Amino acid sequence: MGHTYEESKKTANRIITILGIITIVEVAFALLGKGYIIDGLHFPPLIMGVAMIGASIYKAYLIIYEFMHMKYEVPGLVKTVLLPTLLLVWAIIAFGMEGTYWNKRRAAPNGTEIQVLGDKNK
Amino acid sequence: MASTTTTGEEQKIDWQGASEPFKASYGKLMMWYFLVSDAFTFAGFLIAYGALRFSVPTWPVPDFVFSSLPGGIHHKPLIFVTIMTFVLLASSYTMVRAVQEGQQENKNGVVKWMFFTIIGGLIFLGCQAWEWNTLINGENMTIRINPFGTHTEAGVYQEGDGHDIVKGTTFEAGDSYIIHKHDGEWAPLKYNVIEGGKETDVVKEQKFGPKAFGALFFFITGFHGFHVLSGVAFLLIIMLNSATGLYEKRKNKYEMVEKIGLYWHFVDLVWVFVFLLFYLL
Repeated sequence: MGHTYEESKKTANRIITILGIITIVEVAFALLGKGYIIDGLHFPPLIMGVAMIGASIYKAYLIIYEFMHMKYEVPGLVKTVLLPTLLLVWAIIAFGMEGTYWNKRRAAPNGTEIQVLGDKNK
Repeated sequence: MASTTTTGEEQKIDWQGASEPFKASYGKLMMWYFLVSDAFTFAGFLIAYGALRFSVPTWPVPDFVFSSLPGGIHHKPLIFVTIMTFVLLASSYTMVRAVQEGQQENKNGVVKWMFFTIIGGLIFLGCQAWEWNTLINGENMTIRINPFGTHTEAGVYQEGDGHDIVKGTTFEAGDSYIIHKHDGEWAPLKYNVIEGGKETDVVKEQKFGPKAFGALFFFITGFHGFHVLSGVAFLLIIMLNSATGLYEKRKNKYEMVEKIGLYWHFVDLVWVFVFLLFYLL
């Protein structure tokens, strides 16, 4: 790995500290944004969602690149492992839209036309 | 291969065996690809969770569903599951240390840190067992019945449930509730709808929450818990092999520790997303 034992020990200590801090911040932010700490304070769901997903992806990056040593693997290996997961981006978007459609379909009275894409009437 | 006889030793050509084009051994490479396939399995589960969650008007609020702690403590959202997250993170750290000791070929260090990792895994499983027990035996959630609902209108209860709700307790649209069982029978509470700040004569009954919730929760956390359980089993085997000095004799030394390390970090990685989808959002 080209690293001394002492250096890698220090890296591990640093990464676990960052992961711990992110987790505490995530939980504190979730409780704060939903009004458990200060009464009546609510953050918009969009801000909450983006912050939580962003923090989780950063945690995933730290675990894969530092703990699983992806950082030290050759580019070919990194690509064969990480590129296929990009397919999931499509799956998340597609199934998210599909779920929303089911919801609208359920709410619509029988026989009502429902618009899904480009629904600008609302 | 015929062409290798000229030099007298095996010729190392990429993708024909013997060489390592990705500078990783066969075993480690295949562990990576197993984890890719496993990531897709988990993604399938989690995307199904997302799609079904989007497909219904209301969804059980995690802060309400997961708010109990051992010792009869209630209404403390997220605390218990945060403890579980920290247990898993800590065990990931001890696993990193075990791999580092393995690279130093320090047998006692490997065994010590792997032992701590196993303890972490067992504590996590214990926490999950407690959580499942609370949901199944305390709150009567099954894969078919979800007692956690959300009000879609304001109202005032006509009766109490012997827990938090008494006759006359009011609620707003968006408030969560749980339907309890009394003497083995479901006992949804009756309430009068409040419209425009005034109590009306319209009487309604609590309804069960979205049906898919229980199945999704038990299958996804159960699948993850099964990974933790099998991880603990393999950690135990590899720790015992290390302790008996098996890996000292091997050419690739403590590589088995690195492989189980990859698996263990992956289990932690999946938990990051289970934690996100089930508890944080």
